[in-house]
Amino acid sequence: MKRASGDEKQIPGEEEFGSPFWEKRGVSRRDFMKFCTAMTAALSLPSSMIPRVAAALENDNRISIIWVEFQSCTGDTEALLRASSPTVAEIVLDVLSIDYSETIMAAAGHQAEEARARTIKERAGKYIAVVEGSIPTRDNGAYCCIGGRSALDLARELCNNALATIAVGTCASYGGIPAAAPNPSRAVGLSQAVPGATVINLPGCPVNTDNLVATIVHFLTFGRLPPVDGKGRPLFAYGKKIHDNCERRAHFDAGQYVEAWGDQAHRKGHCLYKMGCKGPATFHNCPIQKYNEKTAWPVGSGHGCAGCSEPAFWDTMSPFYRRLPNVPGFGIEATADKIGLGLVAAAAAGFGVHGALNALRKDREPGENTREEG
Amino acid sequence: MSSQCKFKRYIWELPVRWSHWVNAACIVILAVTGLFIASPASVGRAPSAFSMGWVRFVHFVAAYTFTVSVASRVVWSFLGNKYAAWREFFPLLTAKGREKTLAMLRYYLFMDKEVPETIGHNPLATTAYALLFFLYLLMIVTGFSLYATHAPQGILFTLFGWVQVVFSTQSIRLIHHLSMYAIFGFVVNHIYSAWLMDIKEHGAEVSSMFSGYRFTIHRKDD
Repeated sequence: MKRASGDEKQIPGEEEFGSPFWEKRGVSRRDFMKFCTAMTAALSLPSSMIPRVAAALENDNRISIIWVEFQSCTGDTEALLRASSPTVAEIVLDVLSIDYSETIMAAAGHQAEEARARTIKERAGKYIAVVEGSIPTRDNGAYCCIGGRSALDLARELCNNALATIAVGTCASYGGIPAAAPNPSRAVGLSQAVPGATVINLPGCPVNTDNLVATIVHFLTFGRLPPVDGKGRPLFAYGKKIHDNCERRAHFDAGQYVEAWGDQAHRKGHCLYKMGCKGPATFHNCPIQKYNEKTAWPVGSGHGCAGCSEPAFWDTMSPFYRRLPNVPGFGIEATADKIGLGLVAAAAAGFGVHGALNALRKDREPGENTREEG
Repeated sequence: MSSQCKFKRYIWELPVRWSHWVNAACIVILAVTGLFIASPASVGRAPSAFSMGWVRFVHFVAAYTFTVSVASRVVWSFLGNKYAAWREFFPLLTAKGREKTLAMLRYYLFMDKEVPETIGHNPLATTAYALLFFLYLLMIVTGFSLYATHAPQGILFTLFGWVQVVFSTQSIRLIHHLSMYAIFGFVVNHIYSAWLMDIKEHGAEVSSMFSGYRFTIHRKDD
């Protein structure tokens, strides 16, 4: 590694031994640098930034995290628990200080509520809130209560006092499945529930842990959240369509499509476009980061993308196995093509009749009375 | 048959005729390639083939051509002669225009036998054209919005990305698809009506779109 010009401080990579902070915790220097490299790559930063990322993580500047769950299936927590590099123990104990998390904390009941209240009070404006799950707003938020308080109330207190809030998963970002039509609890995403809060959205079902950790690493390295797109999602992870980074893209351009599940094309791994894949409508880095220790993702496993990281995906991306949505107001089987062809046929028939009637009638030609002036 | 002497008059200037035929060609190309993109056939023999790639390329080139053609027609509606002017497209805004439209409507609905003469545009037709230009705008905005998603940091996405935030990408796709059928419906109407009025008016309705000349009872200098 190169030494930064004029910098007296030792560059992390040049130390003879690894950072004592990490060594003490049994993370070898090599593994630490591998992690920093992976995070730098995940953030789409140039490799020259690796030392800076390492320097940021080396300091004992653990940031307090409060992880709360509202209307969720705990899928995002599960995704975090299955993180591969670093392992969950490393994330939880070393990079972050998770002061409250319903699923993984040891404390329970009043003790747990106390821990949360203490962190909010003592570290107001300094902690990061991570919210999982949507927030119901109907009947004053009565449909999701924890410790006797509504999710809406808890979220307001938590997020308004936080340095920043990370909405993990589609439910916390945009309401997700609980907000799907007819949305009985009137569930909304976090930035809609708490409009004043600083929120970054990490949608996906579940959130990709690499993107979550990378967002926090970006924060630790640069002291601010990464730049976002129009839907509040970090560009490093949601800056490209799935379709444009897809491993099956060559088959799309070639004109090789799966026509039925299990056909020859499906077995050969051709494009799932005609099976209703929503990769062309979805922004996420799934083809690159993948899930399950970077081994798999839906399209790689032969199933089309469901568009889970887009707002209102359950309503707008369905039917999941068709290219186009159903036309509102028409029957479930009426596709856009049937309606369109019906329209054209009706026009043709109408004008056909009109023409036949015209052939039968006798007209007066434009004369002196009907001529146009000018 | 006509017993009256008619005079030829230059009505459709070159830019009007050009944009008409460029639009017509583009609509055909865009519809054929668009239908393929919406529901492609598995014509690729090998992964190195590029059938969808070429079809999309043609679609995008035609889309740019169409956009330039539509934009130049809009510009010409401010520069060209009175028959090309933007006022022609909103006959319902003036009392005289409403009267002409009503007369034409009565003829179309078999309520009147007298064919009302039009020197420039048929007022019923221009009302349809105003709707058609709205459809064009819808197609251009939704089309470029979908196209721009390949580079969300690019200038096109800056121009059209807001559509993606307001509507979902899939809704935009549906609007783009259904508007194509609406344009098909217009094309059926347009060809039929041009044919009908060519027969009824004896003013060279169809050939005027090639030559620019129509035949009217009055001389220009009258």
